[in-house]
Amino acid sequence: MSAIQPPSRRIWWNQPIDRVEGTWIVLALVWCLIMFAMMPYWHVAGKQNLSNEAYRISSADYAAKAQAVIDKYTVRNETDRNYPVVAPPAGSDIYLIGRLWEWWPIYELEKNQTYRLHLSSMDWNHGFSLQPLNINLQVVPGYDMVISITPDSSGEFTIVCNEYCGIGHHNMLGKIYVKD
Amino acid sequence: MANNQLFRTCPNTGLLFHKPAETLMKLNAVVAVVILLIGGVLSLLVTLTRWQEFHLLPADKFYQALTAHGINMLIFWIIFFEMAILYFASSTLLKCRLATPRIAWLGFILMFIGAIVTNVAIMGGDSSVMMTSYVPMPANPKFYLGLILFAVGALLGCFVFLGTLVVAKAEGTYEGSIPLVTFGALTAAIIAIFTIASGAIILIPTFLWSIGYIGHIDALMYRVIWWAMGHSSQQINVSAHVAVWYAIAAIVFGARPMSERVSRGAFLLYILFLQLASAHHLLSDPGISSEWKIFNTSYAMYLAVLASMIHGLTVPGSIEVAQREKGFDKGLFEWIRKAPWGNPVFSGMFISLIGFGFIGGISGVVLGTEQINITMHNTIYVPGHFHATVVVGTTLAFMSLTYFLIPVLFKRELVMKGLAKWQPYLFGLGMSVFSIAMMGAGTMGVARRHWDMAFSGAVFGYDFPAVAYTLMAITGISGIVAIVGGAAYILITVLSILFGKKVAGTDEYSTGPNAPLQMAAAPAGHGNIGIGGFVAPGTFVFALVFLLLFVVYYAVNWKYLASIWPMG
Ligand code: HEM
Ligand SMILES: [Cu+2]
Ligand SMILES: [Cu+2]
Repeated sequence: MSAIQPPSRRIWWNQPIDRVEGTWIVLALVWCLIMFAMMPYWHVAGKQNLSNEAYRISSADYAAKAQAVIDKYTVRNETDRNYPVVAPPAGSDIYLIGRLWEWWPIYELEKNQTYRLHLSSMDWNHGFSLQPLNINLQVVPGYDMVISITPDSSGEFTIVCNEYCGIGHHNMLGKIYVKD
Repeated sequence: MANNQLFRTCPNTGLLFHKPAETLMKLNAVVAVVILLIGGVLSLLVTLTRWQEFHLLPADKFYQALTAHGINMLIFWIIFFEMAILYFASSTLLKCRLATPRIAWLGFILMFIGAIVTNVAIMGGDSSVMMTSYVPMPANPKFYLGLILFAVGALLGCFVFLGTLVVAKAEGTYEGSIPLVTFGALTAAIIAIFTIASGAIILIPTFLWSIGYIGHIDALMYRVIWWAMGHSSQQINVSAHVAVWYAIAAIVFGARPMSERVSRGAFLLYILFLQLASAHHLLSDPGISSEWKIFNTSYAMYLAVLASMIHGLTVPGSIEVAQREKGFDKGLFEWIRKAPWGNPVFSGMFISLIGFGFIGGISGVVLGTEQINITMHNTIYVPGHFHATVVVGTTLAFMSLTYFLIPVLFKRELVMKGLAKWQPYLFGLGMSVFSIAMMGAGTMGVARRHWDMAFSGAVFGYDFPAVAYTLMAITGISGIVAIVGGAAYILITVLSILFGKKVAGTDEYSTGPNAPLQMAAAPAGHGNIGIGGFVAPGTFVFALVFLLLFVVYYAVNWKYLASIWPMG
């Protein structure tokens, strides 16, 4: 009479479905279908989506592209490590470097303008975690991920590293400023 | 082997034990519990470090302890115990001799050596790479070698399990089809074979890379294949603990599945769809298309989620039917009020079921939604989610099964019954609060695998809101409650096995032949139980509450997502 005995009918797939079970399966299936539909729906109607744009790239090439933007648009330096604060025009490609153990450089963006943010790592995996908004993206060495972002709030934002990257992981912070 | 034909019948349950299988079940279970002890001590160190007031370990020791905690718990504890379950579900439940005990021994020895080698590597301090060991962060070659040996050993165990099913069929040790619990274990074994194959595909090249034979391993490819193993191994756990739920419902209540077709169909869904769902670990990775992500998380994952939602109904549903047939038929909930809440075999299993579904299940689906993942990826929400699944769900289910196995397999009466009564509550409820508090902290942005949420040595500063610190303190307190519960489990188990009173009549081995396992009697219909044509109305109400919570929580998270910067 139980789950540790062979079923009473050998052909178990012919057993009738209980009413409670049948009703629940229908409800659960409908809910799963709704959840399924939400994801493509959000690609069409929602504003927060993951990008589908990524390229293989060597760390040297990526660093060179980032350096070009830094050289062109640096407006000042901050902290005793002289982080360049880079303010590129709206619409530009901006390259953020993740490496042991810093995010480089600092970008200064304008509110409600769109930028093409590139993310890549020079060494190991890192995690781009923008606080206090809580936007979290995986940063993988050898890949340049491009996301169009439109900051719609202003202030100082912190990039925490949330993919474990060795002994300096918990000190790997960066900044993004958004001006009104 | 001389003792190959020796069997004994448990005088209280009628279960049949083949001597070599019995020895291997005991060994695997004992090693599992010892590893749980190691993982438990580590969990205390890790928890007290993340609780910012204590901040116990220095950074390097924290990352080392966390690597060891993850691997010992998630891989070694769980899989050693699962080997015992596989042998139980094949040899014992089918009344069959274990196929090729020598190979089973070889498997056990390989797993054992593998576990030691990996632990030695971690203790060396040059392998603090976390259980995921994402390349190109290097670990000592021994780290990968140990995991490979362990995996090969586990693979042998799966083959012995399958071999035993074949022998049982050939020798006619049972009538009809295999029991549902064995069917669940078969699901676990099939998924395990797929899992281990993926593991081999990624870990062997990584090992070769670590000793310099291979120059480069693509970091993204590693993540894709690693998660084909890492995710599907969680499906092994789910299949195994669902099988344990069914077994306990049968053992404690004599419950029979509401319908074999539904329960088995749900296990089949696991095999067909869960393995593809590894994509949900890669949702915010570059270079993987949305189509692939959506396909894998919806078509594939939701059919598996559907299967879990079905088991989540049919297990308590079958208990409800059994209770109502026994006369606890009043109102919606008499059956559950009058359940044996003081019996840890039952209470543990039931808390496991509720915690897995309500906390682990709902959070898992939300976390696994392509876009919502942006707001949670790699935050401490993630360990919050999986401590609800693999600790409240799997680990607690295995603990409650242990209380059944001590008299039956180890032939000892349980000691400290009073403590045993409380153990599932301490562990299960402590872990549930722990998980929820972690998820809360993750929603505030606190990172996982992170030594210092105050960033005290960093060039820049960032202050998490005070609530985040409070939530991490709650995590610490409830974690300690759970650790006390875990310690109680280990204490009770070890003392019972060493000093428990011997169960009478358990030492008589004979050489068979054994009477074949009978088919269950055909159900006579449920009689007049239940309400309004529903035989399990109470369970149905639970299920509706579950669905309501699920819908609300899901909607709240979309709303939260809609508040962050537009991106795409
Ligand atoms: C009382 C019991 C336990 C407590 C208090 C506990 C506590 C913790 C804590 C605080 C973390 C660190 C989270 C972070 O900083 O990212 C952690 C990680 C983890 N725990 Fe547990 N844990 C317990 C039991 C278990 C069990 C039984 C398992 C598996 C079956 C498990 C599997 C893991 C895994 C896989 C990780 C992640 C490691 C990583 O990120 O690589 N834990 N645990
Ligand atoms: Cu990093
Ligand atoms: Cu990091």
